[in-house]
Amino acid sequence: MLSFQDLILTLHAYWGKQGCVILQPLDMEVGAGTFHPATTLRALGPNAWNAAYVQPSRRPTDGRYGENPNRLQHYYQYQVIMKPSPANLQELYLGSLVEIGIDPLVHDIRFVEDDWESPTLGAWGLGWEVWCDGMEVTQFTYFQQMGGYDCKPVAGELTYGLERLAMYIQGVDSVYDLKFNDAGVTYGDVFHENERQMSKWNFEVADTEKLFRWFKDCKAEYDQCIANDVPLAAFEQAIKASHTFNLLQARGVISVQERASYMGQVRDMAKGSCEAWIASNADDWSEKFPGWTA
Amino acid sequence: MTDFLLELRCEEIPARMQLKASDDLARLFTEELAKAGLKPAAIDSFVTPRRLALIARGLPLETAAVSEEHKGPRTSAPAQALDGFLRKTGLTQDQLEDRDGVWFGVVSKPGRATADVLAQAVPLVVRAFPWPKSMRWGAASQTTESLRWVRPLQGIVAILGEQLVDIEIEGVRSGYATLGHRFHHPGEITIGSAQDYVEKLRACHVIVSASERQAIIAERAAQAAAAHGYTVIEDKGLVAENAGLTEWPVPLLGDFDPAFLEVPPEVIQLTLRINQKYFVLRDGEGKLAPAFICTANIEAKDGGAAIIAGNRKVLAARLSDARFFWEQDKKTRLEDHARKLERITFHEKLGTVADKVERVAKLARWLVEEGIVKPSPTVAPALTVTPALTVTPATPVTPAKAGVAGGSAPTPEMPAVAGMTKEELTDLAEQAARLCKADLVTEMVGEFPELQGIMGGYYARAEGLPDAVADAIRDHYKPVGQGDDVPTAPVTVAVSLADKLDTLCGFFLINEAPTGSRDPFALRRAALSILSLLNRSDLRLPLNKALGQSEGTHFLTALMGDIDWHSKYGLEVEDDRNFRVEYEKRGRILYYGDKVIDVTPGPPVSALYNGVDWDEPDAASLLDFFADRLKVQQREAGVRHDLIDAVFALGGEDDLVRLLARVHALQSFVATDDGANLLAGYKRAANILKKDAPATATSVTPAKAGVAGGDAPPLAMPASAGMTYEKEPAEAALIVALDAAEPRAAQAVADERFEEAMAALATLRAPIDAFFETVTVNDADPAKRAARLALLARVRDAVHNVADFSKIAG
Repeated sequence: MLSFQDLILTLHAYWGKQGCVILQPLDMEVGAGTFHPATTLRALGPNAWNAAYVQPSRRPTDGRYGENPNRLQHYYQYQVIMKPSPANLQELYLGSLVEIGIDPLVHDIRFVEDDWESPTLGAWGLGWEVWCDGMEVTQFTYFQQMGGYDCKPVAGELTYGLERLAMYIQGVDSVYDLKFNDAGVTYGDVFHENERQMSKWNFEVADTEKLFRWFKDCKAEYDQCIANDVPLAAFEQAIKASHTFNLLQARGVISVQERASYMGQVRDMAKGSCEAWIASNADDWSEKFPGWTA
Repeated sequence: MTDFLLELRCEEIPARMQLKASDDLARLFTEELAKAGLKPAAIDSFVTPRRLALIARGLPLETAAVSEEHKGPRTSAPAQALDGFLRKTGLTQDQLEDRDGVWFGVVSKPGRATADVLAQAVPLVVRAFPWPKSMRWGAASQTTESLRWVRPLQGIVAILGEQLVDIEIEGVRSGYATLGHRFHHPGEITIGSAQDYVEKLRACHVIVSASERQAIIAERAAQAAAAHGYTVIEDKGLVAENAGLTEWPVPLLGDFDPAFLEVPPEVIQLTLRINQKYFVLRDGEGKLAPAFICTANIEAKDGGAAIIAGNRKVLAARLSDARFFWEQDKKTRLEDHARKLERITFHEKLGTVADKVERVAKLARWLVEEGIVKPSPTVAPALTVTPALTVTPATPVTPAKAGVAGGSAPTPEMPAVAGMTKEELTDLAEQAARLCKADLVTEMVGEFPELQGIMGGYYARAEGLPDAVADAIRDHYKPVGQGDDVPTAPVTVAVSLADKLDTLCGFFLINEAPTGSRDPFALRRAALSILSLLNRSDLRLPLNKALGQSEGTHFLTALMGDIDWHSKYGLEVEDDRNFRVEYEKRGRILYYGDKVIDVTPGPPVSALYNGVDWDEPDAASLLDFFADRLKVQQREAGVRHDLIDAVFALGGEDDLVRLLARVHALQSFVATDDGANLLAGYKRAANILKKDAPATATSVTPAKAGVAGGDAPPLAMPASAGMTYEKEPAEAALIVALDAAEPRAAQAVADERFEEAMAALATLRAPIDAFFETVTVNDADPAKRAARLALLARVRDAVHNVADFSKIAG
């Protein structure tokens, strides 16, 4: 039975063999692996790109002070992106399940329609949620647009919910009971206190005045980045703004009316970064891929 | 003759799209073939999550040669005309025939190999396929021009007889090979012809027929349930959905901890059905069983033990969440939940849900105070004289509803609290109205929006509120559409009516009346629901007054947020019961107590509701809207809409129950011999009067007959004034008959005895017939002519006591 860390190592080994670059997580707070520039920005442009990485994901409003066995404000996603989407991406994915010990003649694996859309990223795609015995274990998406731009070519994205998958494989009912390794360390040993404290900070402690200020600062810094033609840096400010907005939401200080406005600002930053990223690469891309246009 | 097999294989097609796609394929394919003159004897369609297929039966190997004669220009026409014709037909001039000065040419199309036709047709069908959502994929998607399909297209099988039809679409080339079941038979399998397609795939664990998979699921699920003494709650949509998620369906039964059954059954049902696509089961007593049936897509090596174990676990986690919500929500009283409604916008121009609740509460209260909704709807007025009952609201008469498994709960027929006083009903209606939307902010309704109302009912009962209040909260959205239960419990009726009147009135005020097929706020449904509620309980609701009342509450909401306006008029809007709108001759009057604040046109404030202009108040258009809804509703009940028009045309009628009673009487009447003849006589009279309009203009004033209140109309002509000549017998008889029938009909209408009014009219039939038979209207003597025209006008006006017969067809 795979420990949590072995699950990750197994997936790394498997996707590495399929030609993916095995990256380390983005060192910033994000809500999902898709925000990693290795997905968001690399999904744009004509060149091939295959990568896999673990991304710690933070969703402040999902915090439950460590009291809910299934909900965390900080958890891990395993993210695979392959561009262009290979013809056998489904088979590759199913191969990874076999690799981590899920026999598709014992367990019921299903591809159930689930289209994906991220208004914040100006992105959407078609695909499925993959069910294993009735449980959603992976989001499988063919990106059609990112940052408001058509994906040319289309990338295939896989997002595994690692804790959920591990709980399934290990047969435990609480995330905190997961074996982290084979030496007796549990997920709870590593993260339980983190959930308690961070939930408290997210919901009760975080200084909202500072958060509002941070958001403004991110926006200002973003503008500066765009003006100085550093789209990667601009995108980092968009990511920071997005997380700050999530914290403000958790603190319950954003009204319904304001909410739309804040989301609009984050979306504009994300789209603006994508636009600048394309602009800074366009010459190179159309030279290597004659006829390619954004 | 031979058969053609086409299989388009792709990654998993969403279940909800499969059946339509299957039909679309057959249709588009047939259309494409028809263009080449080919018509298959039959088409069999198949669809699974991974393939869309058809077999076209009885195709010839070649299409027939076709000759078509085309008519060209005249031989005398300019040369350009002839050139154009030759270009169009591809003929040369020596192939044309001069027939009486006109060119004719025959275009012959030789027969084509059917395989060629197919090779051309299939790509066209694929490229034009109407998927609701489609996508690009793979290396080809470097350009946005690449093929779009619902999910990546992976393979094409196209075999005519036993011959491969060579097709290539964006790098996908046709062949004999397809794939079997994703896990049971992952390798390629070779199809020989249409004949072996279905069976070869079956041997590889794929049942290509959607209906066969559905039948298997329904049958095996029923068997699995029966083995445990349960029955499956029928759900055809769910059967179809599961058939769209499997190529080899295997229903499996699992159980869950019976302790979860403390959660309301509707919640469990939705969790199973919506979240997990499981079938819901009933036990021997009809109650929800602690078990589920999932539909696997494999014949598992362990017989399904691991699948069941996995699904149980997922379900347990979901039900734990549901129980957590249930317990969490119950910790807060509904009135405290209701406070949070201030945060939810109902509509940007109509305030928050809390504002709406405030209006609905006032309106519900008013409906009872006005005696529109009465304490005991099922008891006829004459019987309410029975001694006052001393049942207190605390002792509910209706038995608590047993755990209902399956569909929406039926509405109890009996009022929850029998014999309550008007005052009690007033308070209960207001209380229920104030709480009716509170569940919108509960965790459970956040998770399952479908449970709005239902959860509120449960929470109300759990905190010990009177059953009448809990029932009203639960049922106040009803009736939702035709065929839904129509509540009759008075508290529920008051809240439901108030809620819908408020919605309708509000959206009309902000100019959001439905147009054409656009009805984003479902106002047509709201109006129909109001009609059903009124009809079902025989409620007398003067719509003008009710809409005026509702408008008043809307003004008030706006007023509360507009201090300037409020102080300008020196109003103390603390207690606001006195606020109302009335429709009077001079227009719409806004009162505060007895003080007139405003007279139409237009509300005095244009800056209400955050600076949004209100539309001109338009009670008339709302009434027309109701009239249209009434016609739609009554058409289904077999009532002729021209008869509704005939009654509406009299004007002034805003009590829909009374209006319908009159329409019903009218419908029976015109079906009788007397009725049909009277109608004919009326039309004849009306025609003569119309031709002679100027001469009779003075007597054409429309009689607003028998409107609310029942004032008898002024007679158009004095009974027999101005008749100085010798009357003919039929003429005299008609006058006598009118003298008798007119007051009788008018009185009957005033008393709402519409059959009696019709009977009065029926007495006119014979005298009118006799009059037309023996009397000449158009007499040479102008005095006679004028008198007879006046008499006809009287006939018409007498008939208008009951309805405007000119609107009646036939």
